[in-house]
Formats: sequence, C-alpha cells, structure tokens
Amino acid sequence: MAKYKGINQLSGLDRVVVGLMVVVPTLLVVWLVWAPAIGSVLLSFTSWDGVGPITSAEFIGLKNYSDVVSIYPPFWPAVRHNLIWLAVMFLVATPFGMFLAVLLDRELRGTRVYQTAIYLPVVLSLALVGFIWQLIYSRDQGLINQVTGSTIDWYGDPRYNLWAALVASSWRHVGYVMLLYLAGLKGVDPSLREAAKVDGANERTTFFKVVFPVMAPINVIVLVITVIESLRAFDLAWVINKGRNGLELLGTLVTSNVVGEASRIGFGSAIATMMLVLSSFFVALYIRYIMREQS
Amino acid sequence: MPRPATQDEYLASLVPDSVRGVSRRTLLRGALGAGALLATPSLLAACGGGNGGSGGAATGTVTLGSNQSDAVPKAAVQKVVDAFQKANSGLTVKINTIDHNSFQENINNYLQGSPDDVFSWFAGYRMRFFASRDLAADITDAWKGLSGMSDAFKKAATGDDGKQYFMPATYYPWAMFYRKSVFSKHGYEVPKTLDELRTLGAQMKKDGLVPIAFGDKDGWPAMGTFDQLNLRVNGYDYHVSLMAGEEAWNSDKVKKVFDTWAGLLDLHQPDALGRTWQEAAQTLQQGKAGTYLLGSFVAQQFKQGAEQDDLDFFNFPEIDSTIGSDAVEAPIDGYMMSKRPKNEEGALKLLGYIGSAEAQNVLVKADPSVVAANEQTDTAGYTALQKKSAEFVKSAKSIAQFMDRDTRPDFASTVMIPAIQEFLKNPKDIDGLVNSIEKQKQSIFAS
Repeated sequence: MAKYKGINQLSGLDRVVVGLMVVVPTLLVVWLVWAPAIGSVLLSFTSWDGVGPITSAEFIGLKNYSDVVSIYPPFWPAVRHNLIWLAVMFLVATPFGMFLAVLLDRELRGTRVYQTAIYLPVVLSLALVGFIWQLIYSRDQGLINQVTGSTIDWYGDPRYNLWAALVASSWRHVGYVMLLYLAGLKGVDPSLREAAKVDGANERTTFFKVVFPVMAPINVIVLVITVIESLRAFDLAWVINKGRNGLELLGTLVTSNVVGEASRIGFGSAIATMMLVLSSFFVALYIRYIMREQS
Repeated sequence: MPRPATQDEYLASLVPDSVRGVSRRTLLRGALGAGALLATPSLLAACGGGNGGSGGAATGTVTLGSNQSDAVPKAAVQKVVDAFQKANSGLTVKINTIDHNSFQENINNYLQGSPDDVFSWFAGYRMRFFASRDLAADITDAWKGLSGMSDAFKKAATGDDGKQYFMPATYYPWAMFYRKSVFSKHGYEVPKTLDELRTLGAQMKKDGLVPIAFGDKDGWPAMGTFDQLNLRVNGYDYHVSLMAGEEAWNSDKVKKVFDTWAGLLDLHQPDALGRTWQEAAQTLQQGKAGTYLLGSFVAQQFKQGAEQDDLDFFNFPEIDSTIGSDAVEAPIDGYMMSKRPKNEEGALKLLGYIGSAEAQNVLVKADPSVVAANEQTDTAGYTALQKKSAEFVKSAKSIAQFMDRDTRPDFASTVMIPAIQEFLKNPKDIDGLVNSIEKQKQSIFAS
C-alpha cells in the first residue's frame, strides 16, 4: 500500500467530500452552539422581552448583572445550592461510584447483574427519576412516610428537599461514574497488579498506590463530568417544583426567567452567562491539565 | 443537432453547455418554467377555499388553538365547535389542544411563529399587552351585533386603543368554598367580618378541622389570598394601581395586608409549599378542612351530583367596614384572534359565535364549574353553584382579574411567586420582604 502523502494526493471529488465533512459539522456547531451562546452573552446586556425582532433589544449595560446579584432573592441561594450539589457529587457520589467499580472489577459471580442494576438509573431520564422518587418521598402517600410513620414533607420542606433531590440524583450519578470507571479499570495493565502482588501489597495499597495513579486520565474525565453535571443540574429540581422553595439552582433560575410568559430574556441571559463563566473556569483548568500532559 | 461538418464544429460540440454558456432561448424557457412552478400554489389557493369572497358566507378551515387540556373543558370546547360547524356548513374548525401550562409558557413563541387563527387566552393586562405589541388582531367586527355582553365585559375586552381584542367565554369567581354538610353538622355560621372568621376558625380547630385549606406548591394559588386581602384592606382602586406598578410595594398599606395575612396563617393548612391546589381541594372534599379560598374550578375535584351539590361558597369577609366586601375577583377566560389569520372571515365568525348565548349554553352545560360571560345564557340548566356564582359576580361593584393577569407576567412569576413563598416560610420579616419586592418592581417596570 502506498504511503499517504497528504491531502494533495486526493482527487478533486475526494477533496470536496473531505471539505464538506469538515465544513458541515463545523457550521452546525457554530450555528447551534456557538451562535446561541454568544447571542446569550450579548443579550444579557439588553432588556429584551422576547417580543419583536432581536435588533429592537434595548442596550442597558451591566444593569442585569447588578440586579441579579443585589436585588434578586433566589440568586445567592441558587449559587449555594449548586455548590452543595457539587460538593455532594464530588465527595460522596463519585467516590462511591468508583468504589463500586473497583468492587465489580474483581469479577465476582453475578457481576453482570450488578452492573446492569447499578447502571439502570442512568438510562432513565431525570424527569422520570423525579417521578419515581416522588412515590417514595410523597408526604401523605410515599414509601418513606408510610413505613416510618413520619410526616416530613420531603419535597416541600426547604430544609430537606435539596437533600432529597441529591439522594435521587446521586442514585443516578453513581451508576454513571461506576461504568466509566469500570471501563477504565479494565484498561489497566494486569502486569502492574501482578508486580504489586509480588511485592507484597494488599488490595488497598495496590489500588491507591498503583492503579489509581495509572488511571489519571480517567480520573480527570470523571472529575470534569462531576463538575459539569453539578453546575448544570436542572431536570430533577424543575420536575419536583420548578426550582422554588429550597430547590433553587442556576439552571432553574435561567429557565424560569427566559422560558414562559415571564420572558425576561436579558435578565435570564445574565444568569446564564454567569453559569457559562463558572463552568468555563473548570473547563479551563481541565484543558490546562491536558495541555501540560501532552507537552 | 446537425452533424459537425468541420473539425472546429466537432471540437465545439465536445464543450458542455454549462461551460459554453446558456443561450438566451434556454434561459427564457427556464425562467418561464420556474415562474409557472412558483405561481401554481397561489393560483390554486385563489381557486380553492382560503379566504372567502367579499361578504357572503365564509368558507374553509379555521384553526383554533385551545389550552383547555383537562378532560371536562376539552369536551366542552369540542361540543361548541360541533355546534358551530352545524350552524355554518361551509366552515370547518380544526382544534389544536395544547396542555394548559405549556400553552401559557410558550405563548410568546407561539404568537410570533405561526399561531392558529383563534387562540384561547385571558382578559386583563396580558390581553392588552399582546394587543399593544401587535400580536393579536382587532376583533371589533365580531362584537358588532353581539347581544348579551354587559359593559363590564366589553371593557374587559378592550385594548388600550379602545378597540376590542378579546371575546369573553367563561369566568369563575374566587370565594371561600365550604361543604354545606360539614357546616350544618357542626352548626357553623357563614362569617361576615374578619373577627367572625377568626372565631369560626378557632371553633373549627377545636372540632379537629383545618379551618382554611391551603396549597401553594405551584406558586400562584397564594396570589388569590393576597388579592382578596388587598381588596378588603385597601380597596379596589388601590389594588388596581398596585398591580399596574403605580404604587410602592413597601408602603404601609401593603405592609398592613401582609400583617393581616400573618395573623391568619395559624388558620391556614400548614406545610402549604409542598401541597398542590388539587390536594388541598381534596382535603376540603374529604371533610378534613372547613373552608378553601379558591376559584370555582375547585368543583372539578368533587364528583358530579350529590358531592358537587354539597359545595357552596361565601364572599371573603370584610375587614374594613368603610371598604366593605363588594369587590370580587373573577378571572375571565376567552379567545383572541392572531395577527395574520389564514381565514380572517371564518375566525371572526367563530369568535362571534363563541360570544353568543347559544354557544355559551353548550359550554357551561358541559363544564358546570364555570359561568358564561353572556348574560342571555339560559340559566335554567345551571347548577345551584353556577347560579350563585353568576349572581355573585353580577352584584359585585368591581371585578378584579387575578394577580398574574392584572400585572406584568414577568413581575408576577419571577418576583411575586418567590416573594410570597418566602413570606409563607418566614412571616415575621415583612419589612425586608416588601423592600425587596419594591426594588425588583422598580427594576422591572422601568424596563
């Protein structure tokens, strides 16, 4: 087979095809991802209410931003709740998922059944997850209150509903992380483990000192996913009570301002831009890590 | 094409047409063909149904966007449409039913996209907003020759420019609902003043009932309580200008409303923020609550027949004897026409029909929880509840629409819902609450 000499060896038709294969997806990404994102950032400096052409939007500078942080009561609770969400996912759900992956990696009997059972919640949409847990958490008819006899309003009491939502969301997140991590573990060179065994290391030491460092790329992916899912959290809170009364999240605030009759598009875009900046911070860290790795 | 005679001619025949250039003849031929192709649809449309001729009978299809997605109202709309089609044989109506909440949430996109010719909506600020922003069409023609609509309803249907944009269909009053059997069992009397309500509530508590059922998980039901209290404490005119953003929310008058409400909270069902209005209505239906402040659609949670007959209501008691209790909250549901309907004649005819007594007869018969806007509707078939509701609104001096219809929707949903829920969680910090509302109101109404 002849050596590939670069794009010049392709015929005219091939060049056109390759060109299209690059240009068409790029256009789609620009049109569906970049243009709306930039549009949102630009709209956050206006007071547009969604009616009439977008060019009729009135420019008001940073007023939306100052309003959001100073006079909009749900904002700071939403930031707090997002950070709590991040902390719980990062400190509880993800480590637990990794732990399950390590256990399942031992190839116990019935490992397929366990994998399927743990992964099943990931396949369900978060809206359905919210509904399933509603049957468990309902104040008058739910499973928990029927069994324990308590009258705690799990979804309605602002002291508890964030934690109730976190349990439901972790139930799903654990399966997701478990599968990712299990795939990564399968890729670890078995000779490393044997070498550790020969040196007399027990299971725990083997994992923490040998396997975990080797899994660095997977670890970073899992970390990034955890962070992004926490900042993006929306479906479950929206399905429970539209993100009010203790379940405020940045995602629900954006939706309740932009979608619907409220149509405070400029204001909602300001909150969305803040979400974008927050997420970009973590993504920038990740990219710096990757770039450093490659150099 | 003749056989090439010379070598030049042969070589010339090898060059493709696209390179050689299109001759003038082929260009004209192509242009004619393309033009004919583009013109055909519009030619066909002119021949076929579409907009009817001048005057005469309208024909064709009229599309109707309906938000009546619950079973009972949906069937009622279908019956009205069937009756309309029977009376107007050239017209067919295509109903497009959308879930009630989704319809409201997507209304901006809906109206700016390709809306149906006629769509369901509400009277109040929201209606005037769409009229003034050129998203709905003037339907004064549908009002010509319409009898039975009182001046109050015509006023509610008028936009800021004096023309009519809305066709009222039904309305339902907000009041304190109760079960007659529960009241007679314990010997309760209907309270006329706030003090009497408090005494009644204390008595109900002793008898093991929740005095006032309450469910504010959806955020809007509690607005009804605020409206009633504001109408009673400060009067109708103040309420209207407060909703229009012309009064300060941190004034003493508004603080007084919240203070009164805080004093009544011990009579309300606890843990309201986790309970939907349907669940609260079921507490009333199960006889566990004494009263419930809601619109008459609460009857939908009661079985038709004996259970619905047991339902009765009384006007929210007066708080200030100089103001009295003659202001009533009765949101009006109806229909509007989109700005550029495909069948304007048919749409106007449909709207005129919906406003007529015969259409509204069909509507209220199918859905006994609402009352017809047209006064000439046959009330003989009304249930006792409907008759009382009609009388109640007729005898009211002033009619309010409801907070989320009387004020800007962005203010109502993004400011008032969280603010009222915050109040219910923390009824002690009223100063902080009203100051926060006022700041946000100034920001929103200024934009």
